[in-house]
Amino acid sequence: MSSFVFLDHNATTPVRPAVIAAMMAVLGEAGNPSSVHAQGRAARRRVELARCQVAEAIGLPAGGDIVFASGGTEANHLALRGLKAPGRILISAIEHDCVRAAVPDAALIPVTADGLVDLAALERLLQGGAGLVSVMAANNETGVIQPIADVVRLAHAAGALVHCDAIQIVGKAPFDMAALGVDLATVSAHKLGGPQGMAALALAPKVPVRALTTGGGQEKGYRAGTENVAGIVGFGLAIEAAVAELDAYQRLAIMRDWLAARLLAIDPQAIVFGADAPRVANTLSIAMPGVKAETQVMAFDLAGIGLSAGSACSSGKVRTSHVLTAMGVPPEVAQSAIRISLGRDTNDTEIDRMIEAWATLRTRTARSAA
Amino acid sequence: MTPDRAERDKTDGVRVPPDAIYLDYQATTPTDPRVVEAMMPYLVQRFGNPHSDAHVFGQEASDAVERAREQVAALIGAEAREIVFTSGATESNNLAIKGASRFLKARRDKLVTVATEHKCVLESGRALIAEGLELTILPVERDGLVDLDRLRAAVDERTALVSIMAVNNEIGVVQDLAAIGAIARAAGALFHTDAAQGFGKIPLDVGAQAIDLMSISGHKIYAPKGIGALYVRRRPRVRLEPLFSGGGQERGLRSGTLAPALIVALGEAAEIAGREMGAEAARLADLAASFLARLGPGVTVHGDRTRRIPGNLNIGFDGVRAQDLMAVVPDLALSVGSACTSAEVEPSYVLSALGLDNQAAASAVRIGFGRFTTEAELRRAADRLRGAVAGLRAPGLQPVLERATSFMD
Repeated sequence: MSSFVFLDHNATTPVRPAVIAAMMAVLGEAGNPSSVHAQGRAARRRVELARCQVAEAIGLPAGGDIVFASGGTEANHLALRGLKAPGRILISAIEHDCVRAAVPDAALIPVTADGLVDLAALERLLQGGAGLVSVMAANNETGVIQPIADVVRLAHAAGALVHCDAIQIVGKAPFDMAALGVDLATVSAHKLGGPQGMAALALAPKVPVRALTTGGGQEKGYRAGTENVAGIVGFGLAIEAAVAELDAYQRLAIMRDWLAARLLAIDPQAIVFGADAPRVANTLSIAMPGVKAETQVMAFDLAGIGLSAGSACSSGKVRTSHVLTAMGVPPEVAQSAIRISLGRDTNDTEIDRMIEAWATLRTRTARSAA
Repeated sequence: MTPDRAERDKTDGVRVPPDAIYLDYQATTPTDPRVVEAMMPYLVQRFGNPHSDAHVFGQEASDAVERAREQVAALIGAEAREIVFTSGATESNNLAIKGASRFLKARRDKLVTVATEHKCVLESGRALIAEGLELTILPVERDGLVDLDRLRAAVDERTALVSIMAVNNEIGVVQDLAAIGAIARAAGALFHTDAAQGFGKIPLDVGAQAIDLMSISGHKIYAPKGIGALYVRRRPRVRLEPLFSGGGQERGLRSGTLAPALIVALGEAAEIAGREMGAEAARLADLAASFLARLGPGVTVHGDRTRRIPGNLNIGFDGVRAQDLMAVVPDLALSVGSACTSAEVEPSYVLSALGLDNQAAASAVRIGFGRFTTEAELRRAADRLRGAVAGLRAPGLQPVLERATSFMD
């Protein structure tokens, strides 16, 4: 079999070679950032440099904080469960599972058929009072970019803070926390060429957050535990590189749109979700009606293509996507939706392989249906 | 923390002296090159998300994670499925203590621990007081060990959890885990041990020692920082309330995308530790003995002299302040107390718990050595320390000292 084609970059994307090299060097060093000897201070310096890199990449407001955490789930939990006295919480109906699980009692803000958070509905919900609104910047399944500036305007007018899960946007499209007015933002390393097991919660000044894990007082008391120095170094380098390459990354939109056009030409019944909304450049959510997503994922896997049905966390379970359901997609259509997500190194040959595999599967399933 | 270029630039001049000797293995260890090699492929090519195992990359990552689970379990006599991966021992301790106490709260509302525990254990316990739990912090004896009769008297049918560390991070003493486990079990309480400093260094057996929950750290045993594990007994089943929920990974006890590279590293580090533990302990014990002998008289070793790990010495140089000593030997990476508290000027609460007065506690330095420490390094370190101590004890040196200290700051 020729080389495997990986089209599941929204699940995780390869670590940049320069990041790996830097991490390898750091791993060989002894030094706990809390130690006062030279080795400790050298480790501290590495951590603080990375903190600056993350802050600059996401436009952290002056005087804000970056808290490193072990991943997006932990960072989202710190934001949603750590915020002191948040009052009523509103989250969009298309948030990641970990956000939904962190605040199971939150009221859901509906989305439009395009996958955009419904601002009129948000305004109505805010009239009932709220202390915190959590809306993701870009959806992991559809790639739809949410109107965060509008969400912030409405929420702030109603006296609510805004948390934004920015995991799927940073490195794919511009995200500036200060310009948007976001109060809390989550960003993850392994979605943008950094290592797995590393994320950050960004806090605007004076956002009152209480730690979930207590102990040695690291991260200004927001998050106890010895810092993952190599991971933090990798995160800092990766986010700096990803944001610097944002313009070049937009080429993926051309590739993605070409792919969508070809798949639709092969199967005119196919449906692309969120096509009319602004989307990050790499994501294509598409349904091949009549063929279960699990069947497709397995068939593409056999054809040497890795992609997923819905989001990665739920791909092990056979479950209808709550994102597509919230967009009003009927269950039978949602159950035939797959997510194709390109990466910064995806090339035309790989896209051709995907088109070919789609055509083969379509022909085979059409024949067996007949 | 607030990112601050100026703050960062202050440390711009930090250079580790070329002849520096790293003697702080209890704070953290460098990652073993064999561990780096093992984790490398999972950083480089096998970049699957272990939860999307429908495709090849995911499957490889998932297999690697399960193998690491077995490697960690094998070192403590556990089953692979009893191992939950976490971001480190602090998270494990928080999950074990808060998780078990919250789950059992309605039936048992007491928590028993000791005064020399790591800060994150004590802080977790204190956080639970606000939730209505009763916290008992037992003193330790002069040797750093908990008095078993006192423990027996403190544990009763209301005790949900006994949390006592395997090895102390400052003084290196090893608690009698089997006896503690038996006391907890007899009262129907769970036994949690923070084994961050013991795992991979001393033999541990969750069966023989009646351990229900064990916190494990990667970066204390030559794996990277940012990975740890929690052993959670399955028979009889120990139930925990998770700290965070979400994707339902790790049996629902710990959600979040796992980092295969970090997990593989922990597994490899555990396997190496298991294989080399005996020889390494013997080598380090020899190094410790000759180091102590070379230091000469006027030295006090804190904590029990026999029930200890060989790679740690907590030493008081009579009449010399540890901070003054560290200022004149900047090439030796020593610490006073633990890394988490090393920036504090207060005397170590661990040493205070042993009954040391402030002056004795302030004269103590922690010397930690390990796998990559050579005999030559320790000889040189001992000579440097002996010379520095002699100088500091000599009269008329105070002005020089003041300058040295202010230079360090």
